[in-house]
Amino acid sequence: MSELLTDIDAIRAQFPILSREVNGKQLVYLDNGATSQKPQSVIDAISHYYEYENSNIHRGVHTLSQEATSAYEDVRKKVQKFINAKHDHEVIFTSGTTGGINLVASSFGASLVRKGDEILITAMEHHSNIVPWQMLCERRGAHLKVLPISKEGEIDIEEFKKLIGPKTELISLVHVSNSLGTINPIKEMIEIAHAQNIPVMIDGAQAVHHTPVDVQDLDADFYVFSAHKMYGPTGVGVLYGKEELLNDMKPYQGGGDMIKSVTFEKTVYNDLPHKFEAGTPNIAGGIALGVAIDFINSIGYEFIMKHEAELSRFAVSQLKDIAGLRFIGTAKERAGLVSFVLDGIHPYDTGVILDKLGIAVRTGHHCTQPVMNFFEVPGTVRASFAVYNTKQEVIKLVEGIDRVKRMF
Amino acid sequence: MVGSVSKMEEIEEGIIEEFALFDDWMDKYEHIIGLGKELPLIEEELKSDDLLIKGCQSRVWLHAKMENGKVIFTADSDAIITKGIISLLIRVLSGQTPDAIINTDLTFIEYIGLKEHLSPTRSNGLVSMVKQMKLYALAFRTQQNG
Repeated sequence: MSELLTDIDAIRAQFPILSREVNGKQLVYLDNGATSQKPQSVIDAISHYYEYENSNIHRGVHTLSQEATSAYEDVRKKVQKFINAKHDHEVIFTSGTTGGINLVASSFGASLVRKGDEILITAMEHHSNIVPWQMLCERRGAHLKVLPISKEGEIDIEEFKKLIGPKTELISLVHVSNSLGTINPIKEMIEIAHAQNIPVMIDGAQAVHHTPVDVQDLDADFYVFSAHKMYGPTGVGVLYGKEELLNDMKPYQGGGDMIKSVTFEKTVYNDLPHKFEAGTPNIAGGIALGVAIDFINSIGYEFIMKHEAELSRFAVSQLKDIAGLRFIGTAKERAGLVSFVLDGIHPYDTGVILDKLGIAVRTGHHCTQPVMNFFEVPGTVRASFAVYNTKQEVIKLVEGIDRVKRMF
Repeated sequence: MVGSVSKMEEIEEGIIEEFALFDDWMDKYEHIIGLGKELPLIEEELKSDDLLIKGCQSRVWLHAKMENGKVIFTADSDAIITKGIISLLIRVLSGQTPDAIINTDLTFIEYIGLKEHLSPTRSNGLVSMVKQMKLYALAFRTQQNG
């Protein structure tokens, strides 16, 4: 126990923001599902890049450009290893999860989705995994089908099997739900989909920092995630795609870096991964993503998973006895967060008072309005955990909720 | 006209004095919650979608009518803190002339330390509500002049 505590203290010491005060109180940061805080190493990597290496990549002969290119491309290899992709050119840098989903919806959609085809998503998707498909369906005359969820917030595999068929062109679903915490049985679902030759895209935004991801073992066709939820900077993310699928897809955006040759008559597109990376990317962000991966590896998933599971269990055990508190999302397999409502107290009111106590939680619909409609709540209060959170912080949350209840 | 503006200022002064009594945030918020609970609910038939101002975090319903040259506002919210602040805004703005409503900058909110609630980043519907109140006032003034 004492060793565990020491570890957490050492981990917390790497996050300068955790020592600041908010509204005169020690910050309790429980909004990691929205974005995690950044360790000093990640912050330093960004300033180091601008202080010593800044230059444009892929097209300079000079030393700075060479160094920046190699630092950036090294991260691609690091990401490849991190998610166990077969090739480093299957790793496409994007602006984030939303950017990755839009890329696939646009490029896969333009190349492979026709009138009458179906795209299948689930009822627990983030808006970013709903709206791009609606837009695609509108453009192509395709149909968006939605796999319902149970009152626990789980997918029914039998229902899933019924919904897929010869018209299903692509399935896109979330690995870990941001509003319910549900961990979906994606490996099993991918296997079922592949039996009918249907490719599957996984939104891993809420998964990669909680659990190791092996895209080859999962056999995922596309897997997207953001750096900023895994201790990295905002504005950079990853789209993993299988080589053959990516090669079949048209480029997403046109511009520099994504071409081999350009004349006014004809442009020859670049090979993977650059075909999908038009324009100057977020170089500093990419390099800092590499440092965020180093940070995760320096702790290891064994500890991360154990610690976060303990925190979640502890939070549930502490919160469940609060009168009038109802959990939203009670799936058997859950990760990293608790989502709940208080009888007669609006989530916004709860959030305002908790903020006054220095406790940062997320309130509202969490960009999953269909989920809120399903549970018939205006929103929820969500406490989401990272590796640096402690049981003491969970206790402060519980005390904060007691205070909220006394005030309303 | 001048009378109306000064009446509004008087109400604002009154609110600032009322809030000066609280030296800790808890007391202040308990007062706002109390105001929110006291504010009469808007009639159910007025809670229609065309009167709904959608904030990301809380919802606000606003109704306006003109009586004897003054604008009368009624409003409601599903969140109590939002509703408490609505109660203050109504106390200041309801019963005023369109001109007074259009010209006020509601500085009292800053004086009583609740400016953060009128920030667009809060997405609680209050910023849109104030904008909508001013738009109503503008429309009523146009009607009057027309």
